[in-house]
Amino acid sequence: MTATDPDIEKLRLDFPILAQEINGHRLAFLDSAASSQRPRSVIEAVSHYYEHDHANVHRGVHTLSHRATEAYEGAREKVRRFINASSSREIIFTRGTTDAINLLAASFGQSIEPGDEIIISHLEHHSNIVPWQMLCERNDATLKVIPINERGEIILDEYHQLLGPRTRLVAVSHVSNALGTVNPVEQIIAAAKERNIPVLIDGAQAVPHQAVDVTALNCDFYAFSGHKMFGPTGIGVFYAREEWLERLPPYQGGGDMILTVSFAGTTYNDLPYKFEAGTPNIAGAIGLGAAIDYLLDIGMDKIQAHETALLDYATREISTVDGIQLIGTAAQKAGVLSFNLDGIHPHDLGTVLDHQGIAIRTGHHCAMPVMEFFGIAGTARASLALYNCRQDIEQLIHGLQLAIGMFRS
Amino acid sequence: MNNALELKKLYRETVLDHSRNPRNFQRLVPADRVAVGHNPLCGDKITLYLCVNNNLIENLAFEGTGCAISLASASIMTESVKHYALDEAQHEIARIMHQFDSSNPDDATAEGDMAALSGVRAFPSRIKCATLAWKTLEAALQEITETTTTE
Ligand SMILES: Cc1ncc(COP(=O)(O)O)c(C=O)c1O
Repeated sequence: MTATDPDIEKLRLDFPILAQEINGHRLAFLDSAASSQRPRSVIEAVSHYYEHDHANVHRGVHTLSHRATEAYEGAREKVRRFINASSSREIIFTRGTTDAINLLAASFGQSIEPGDEIIISHLEHHSNIVPWQMLCERNDATLKVIPINERGEIILDEYHQLLGPRTRLVAVSHVSNALGTVNPVEQIIAAAKERNIPVLIDGAQAVPHQAVDVTALNCDFYAFSGHKMFGPTGIGVFYAREEWLERLPPYQGGGDMILTVSFAGTTYNDLPYKFEAGTPNIAGAIGLGAAIDYLLDIGMDKIQAHETALLDYATREISTVDGIQLIGTAAQKAGVLSFNLDGIHPHDLGTVLDHQGIAIRTGHHCAMPVMEFFGIAGTARASLALYNCRQDIEQLIHGLQLAIGMFRS
Repeated sequence: MNNALELKKLYRETVLDHSRNPRNFQRLVPADRVAVGHNPLCGDKITLYLCVNNNLIENLAFEGTGCAISLASASIMTESVKHYALDEAQHEIARIMHQFDSSNPDDATAEGDMAALSGVRAFPSRIKCATLAWKTLEAALQEITETTTTE
């Protein structure tokens, strides 16, 4: 796959939802940062599972339970390979990124003491802010925020200043959902590691767009969501280094996470099950495994090259629109165009574009501190995925011109 | 399904005019009642100022930011309820809320510039934009000082 559209046209056929018209127009789906669409192979993997293989996992001796367990554990192994973790014991299935971060905040959080510090950045999604705020409030700890510059980039020097003897955790996003900034996570992790401070990377917006290698990154924790990487909703991944998982207390209690239970006490199950209480989202994990197969079949490098070229094209094209302000102009960006148009509120723009079959997101994108930094209530955001093509961008630009004609005349 | 005609009905010239040049767009000092309305989903925020005398809305004005629908609705509202008695204004709020409720039949009760906003009924995701000002007015009438939200 290159930036040439015939290849993309073929690939788009894998996504049944893209074939429809919206309000009488070709659908230009430019909202994958909120949630991506699914290829047929994912939809079929989920329905095949329900039609042929479903039973509860890890519990039965019968054939279906065995098949379901094999498929579920097979998906865990696919995730392990996808992010290059050293063992599938390090892959915990969660409901999504939010759930993974809350797991860490609840479990790791038990060791946080008054006066301890947790560092996040100004670019974070609410899901990587609020759990830490809640923890700090609960344990009388302090939340420190790495500032950003006017391009929407983390200021590394300021980050180094924030690292201190009381820093217990650094939690930052790999890619910002609001602006598309790719954060220098390698440097962020390296600086923390020098001081033996663990690092959580929120990879929700990274995994659909680029190869991620948690071993090379040398991070302690990594979180992402299935639904943003062409898999089902309600499934996500919490990666944690095994030594952490051994030490951390369980998150939720219940079935599957135990070995023995008596009223005198309970012994916890082995990894990763210690962190997976209750019947898991089996179909979701299987669908996520199918999504990983789909991505690897195309190749993450090709996906990244295609999206980078398309983002360049889109940035050039949109910059020619009269009265456009791009919000977030980092040197390293992935898949996101956040912008405002003079005299047109993003909400109105969203409605007009929807009438042209163009799906974008408008508002604060669950990153209100970012909006506050730029002194705006929100932006219009077009976000890209592997199935987007120049035609989507042309349609967007045309839609913007139409909106300008309507509102500015 | 929404079509181009419905979009035109949503953004009628009257609506666009009020949103570009909102009437009574200023801060009133002193004001007898001040209420703040917020739509956290899209960030729209308006502050409403009322001067009340003898149970009559002698003057009202607003400030804030928002989409064309919420600005136009606020602007038209300030024109329509000025000089209303407080209980008349309360009735007007109920009538307008009913008009925007897309589950009610279109009973064509809307009059004046407010009728220009009836197109919003075809856009369920935008009804909150149109009702924000009216909910804020209701808070002002009831002397509620916390921010009123659409959620
Ligand atoms: C950067 C980032 N982090 C976290 C999340 C939360 O993901 P989820 O809602 O799937 O838990 C999102 C989703 O919008 C995101 O973009």
